[in-house]
Amino acid sequence: MDLLTIFRIAFKALARNKMRSALTMLGIIIGVGAVIAMVSIGQGAQASVQQQIASVGTNLLFVGAGSMNVGGVRSGTGASSTNTLNDDDIEAIRRECPSVAMASPSVRAGAQLIFGNQNWNSSVQGVNEQISEIRKWPLQTGEFITENDVRNAARVVVIGQTIADNLFPGIDPLGQMVRVRGLPFRVIGIMARKGQDAQGRDQDDVLFAPYTTVQKKLLNITNIQFAYVSAISPAATYIAQQQITDLLRQRHKLGPNQDNDFFVRNMTDVADAADETNRIMTILLSSIAGVSLLVGGIGIMNIMLVSVTERTREIGIRMAIGARSSVVRTQFLIESIVLSLIGGIIGILLGIAISYAIPKLVGWPTLISITAIIGSVVFSAMVGIFFGYYPARKAAALDPIEALRYE
Amino acid sequence: MTVENGKRPVIELSDIHKIYQMGDVEVRALRGVSLKIYQGEFVAIMGASGSGKSTTMNILGCLDRPTRGTYILDGQDVSELSKDERADIRNHKIGFVFQGFNLLSRTSAMENVELPLLYAAVPTSERHRRSMEAIEAVGLKGRELSHPNQLSGGQQQRVAIARAIATKPTLILADEPTGNLDSRTSVEVMEIFQRLNREQGITLLLVTHEHDIAEYADRVIVFKDGKIKNDYPVTHRRDARDELKILAETPMEENL
Ligand SMILES: Nc1ncnc2c1ncn2[C@@H]1O[C@H](COP(=O)(O)OP(=O)(O)OP(=O)(O)O)[C@@H](O)[C@H]1O
Ligand SMILES: [Mg+2]
Repeated sequence: MDLLTIFRIAFKALARNKMRSALTMLGIIIGVGAVIAMVSIGQGAQASVQQQIASVGTNLLFVGAGSMNVGGVRSGTGASSTNTLNDDDIEAIRRECPSVAMASPSVRAGAQLIFGNQNWNSSVQGVNEQISEIRKWPLQTGEFITENDVRNAARVVVIGQTIADNLFPGIDPLGQMVRVRGLPFRVIGIMARKGQDAQGRDQDDVLFAPYTTVQKKLLNITNIQFAYVSAISPAATYIAQQQITDLLRQRHKLGPNQDNDFFVRNMTDVADAADETNRIMTILLSSIAGVSLLVGGIGIMNIMLVSVTERTREIGIRMAIGARSSVVRTQFLIESIVLSLIGGIIGILLGIAISYAIPKLVGWPTLISITAIIGSVVFSAMVGIFFGYYPARKAAALDPIEALRYE
Repeated sequence: MTVENGKRPVIELSDIHKIYQMGDVEVRALRGVSLKIYQGEFVAIMGASGSGKSTTMNILGCLDRPTRGTYILDGQDVSELSKDERADIRNHKIGFVFQGFNLLSRTSAMENVELPLLYAAVPTSERHRRSMEAIEAVGLKGRELSHPNQLSGGQQQRVAIARAIATKPTLILADEPTGNLDSRTSVEVMEIFQRLNREQGITLLLVTHEHDIAEYADRVIVFKDGKIKNDYPVTHRRDARDELKILAETPMEENL
């Protein structure tokens, strides 16, 4: 008997009990939908990190105070209490490292901003005049901080779009005086909109001020926490990293047995780390979704087993009028495969729908993975075969006389 | 193949034994049954409960195998066939009618009738044609899309008969087909059986407890304790068609 005919028989049998068929598929629908949604969230995060990194430029390096010794004593990663880095270090990097093009210190201070009767909590980032170019982040209007502002510790700020929107609703912020930790600062420029970073943080919720001003007037410190450095080319980042390390070790008078009291990282390393984090997250999320797929498969087996018992008489009738055991077995197997495949396809549509909805609902980027879709189809077919085989064999093994007598 | 009375036997049972093993106890359901049934015969099988009628029908229907003895169906020894070979024989040569109808629920009359043709892999158009023909033969034209729960017991049994004849089998086996029906509906079902037997020459075997029903057949075989006790022709055969005509002419009150 040809497979097509058995397919027809199986389809008719499924159509006879639509409710049971739908319930059987539910587990697979949810499982496949979850896998596809989870993978697309993970891949979306990964893609957005990559894009972010490409947009800041691959010749970017970070220098931070403190050691990167994880678990070591000095593990402060750039905390303000770690005062091993100062602006002279950065000045030296700028002057003496041939592969370094630009460098800017960075000192952060959380601050309440007040303008008129509006107030806003944000953070002030102390930088020098080069940061806009280093971070490839242009100004929208106004002017940026100048060398002079830095030298004079001028009370000027350049604000991000979020602050412009929230603190100056309907007002042109340029030239306005804003109070930062109670001190008046003049707004001289507005940065272009940058959007969220890979972690979903709003990058436009920031103020730039001369780092000298932040050090002296807001934090009363002389050290710095971070520095942004740009190498002369993407290819030069590793050499720049080496040059910075050598220079700082020499300036900090570190002996050959002493660990660095600073760290230098390049964007490629950061990208790799972010990639790794996202990859682990994707695997984790997909495994959880995979478990639900497995549970869906067991659900199919459950219902197919119940269905064999419930349909004993039907099986008896089919056998009496001439269905071979192998045909009954194939019919049940096809029923189970068809259910899990249709469930899988509905699940794929659900997963794609979720993947489209998530960026709109919660703002996370998603990227639909073809691999996940193909994988889900293959997996659902396998679930159908694997979990359908046992009930199918049970149905085929029934004795027609007893099956016909079954109440 | 032996030929008697100018007819050939469709069924030839020789010394059939059937023993069921129930733990330590042996149940000897059949103890040496030999019988010949010829093409075109209409046989009623009678006997007390437990005398082995259903067991015989199961063996005749290739649903079961005898413990001992040979069974020749349509010239072919089927007593030693495998499970699959027996399934094919059931599909091609035998039609079953059961006491409890045994139709697929939530499935139209048409699809029920088509089912054996589907297993015989008959092409769609041919399948439709043949099942329609069978439905017309049992007088259910117009009800082919009805589901079993929308049909009366008599109508359901007619669907079952249509399903049994759809494959044009050599043999129809009916185990107490009127057991669940009232007397009037029973006559209607017997009319169909007699007509199929007369017009299409289908060989019919029917198990019944009722002498009235047995009188529609042309031969009666009586079982007792797993053996054939009696085998005789029906002398005053009843004609269901005539009786239905009379029933139709009789006013309702007298009918009660
Ligand atoms: N599967 C079985 N296992 C054990 N014993 C069985 C089995 N089937 C039938 N028997 C026994 O075989 C004997 C004959 O049973 P069978 O069903 O053929 O009787 P029957 O003539 O059809 O009776 P009834 O008129 O009640 O239907 C009975 O004693 C019965 O208990
Ligand atoms: Mg019986």
